[in-house]
Amino acid sequence: MAAGGGGVIPLHHTFASLGGAFEFIFSPQASNVTGGTTVGGLDQVIELTVNQLEVTVLALALSLFIALPAGLYFGHRGTGELLAVGLGNAGRAIPELALIAFMAAAIGVGVLNLTIALAVLGIPPILTNTFVGIRQVDRATVDAARGIGMTEFEVLRKVELPLAIPTIFSGIRGATVNIVATATIAPLAGVLTLGDFIINRNVYGADGVLAGAILVALLALALEFSLAGLQRLLTSKGLKPSTA
Amino acid sequence: MTSAMLAAVGEVGEGFIQERTSDTLPCQATDKLFCFDWARENIGRYEEPTIQHLELVVISVLLGFAVAFALALLAHRRTWLRPPLLAGTGILYTIPSVAFFFLLEPFTGRSSETAIIALSVYTLQIIYRNTMVGLANVPASVKDAARGIGQTDRQILWKVELPLATPEIIAGLRIATVSTVALATLATFVNGGGLGEQIFRGGNIDFTTSIIIAGGIAILIALVFDVLLLGLQRLVTPWRRAVAA
Repeated sequence: MAAGGGGVIPLHHTFASLGGAFEFIFSPQASNVTGGTTVGGLDQVIELTVNQLEVTVLALALSLFIALPAGLYFGHRGTGELLAVGLGNAGRAIPELALIAFMAAAIGVGVLNLTIALAVLGIPPILTNTFVGIRQVDRATVDAARGIGMTEFEVLRKVELPLAIPTIFSGIRGATVNIVATATIAPLAGVLTLGDFIINRNVYGADGVLAGAILVALLALALEFSLAGLQRLLTSKGLKPSTA
Repeated sequence: MTSAMLAAVGEVGEGFIQERTSDTLPCQATDKLFCFDWARENIGRYEEPTIQHLELVVISVLLGFAVAFALALLAHRRTWLRPPLLAGTGILYTIPSVAFFFLLEPFTGRSSETAIIALSVYTLQIIYRNTMVGLANVPASVKDAARGIGQTDRQILWKVELPLATPEIIAGLRIATVSTVALATLATFVNGGGLGEQIFRGGNIDFTTSIIIAGGIAILIALVFDVLLLGLQRLVTPWRRAVAA
């Protein structure tokens, strides 16, 4: 305020430095507000990372549990396109902040409520991509499978599912990116994730905020790369593009 | 009529009757899901955040579109650019918006510019990929025919390939716009304004009435943009209507 008027605060108070952020990650610092207690450091970083992974995995599992069977069923039957695709489009319009805030304020804070809220974001992409992936399998292939005497379940498991894996997986990856990104604002719902470094600036300081942003970005990228690797493992050899 | 009925239903709910703390802030308390009295009296305070939100979305998407479209045209000619561009936009897309805001903050400060940069970066992957898919889907025979009647590469691109790719490009634009409307609620974390301000309220996220109104406006904006873009697609691809009819 005093510096240049108009609410300008001296630079070193407002802005973080990369060095400061790394220091925050690796060694505990004295907190800005609470005298005596320390914040940051590897122990806290690991704890919050585990929390964020935990709610992400829980929410992803719940989304898969609901969306995958539904997508496979509707895709195989060829019904419910409006629901499956419409839900996917509608899901994108849900404002994450409003969803988390609403769940926390109306139903309460905690892991369970957060998991449900995050699953709401995970279900649409998985459902839509599963449906579309199964539907776009060549009908002649499916007919041929039936022709050689496969049961409906075998058609789904041995023909449609393997051919749909790339599409289904891009849905799962989309859901994961959504969920882990939104889990960053989970502290609003009472679950401390890496986002706490970001949201509670007055506790962790500017370096903590930057450290949180770096860690969240790395976590999301690590998840995305792991899933991309898993997808490569699960994709049938015949489907892999020879040269892109 | 409906809202009056709903209000009446709300009023019989248990624990409803409350003292008004002031004339402008009836039922500020948290034990009600939606306070119609408050909503009626305070709907005006959503006007400015809504306009800010629209600004954030429109500027971010236009910026993202300009960059992604240019990149797609570049990669269309120079195929070696495709893998790094796809990977690069993919990585940027994966970084959560909130994290992106605060990675930018040391450079651009707490401002709507920070939000706009992060939001527009987020749209790159969707628009770039859809544009590439659209261009790839143009049948080779059509391009051959265009070349046969003497069109140059540039003419083929602007008169044949891009018009035929328009549905995919606009599909990408729709996805990007709808996602951006939702994500722009997070701009409040960097003082970027928008409807998120009325949800987050400086960390007080216990007032569900405001969360519902602001969230509802955001969903409505997304819907309107989606319909408008669909209309735009119909308008600029009249030949598709002819086929459909």
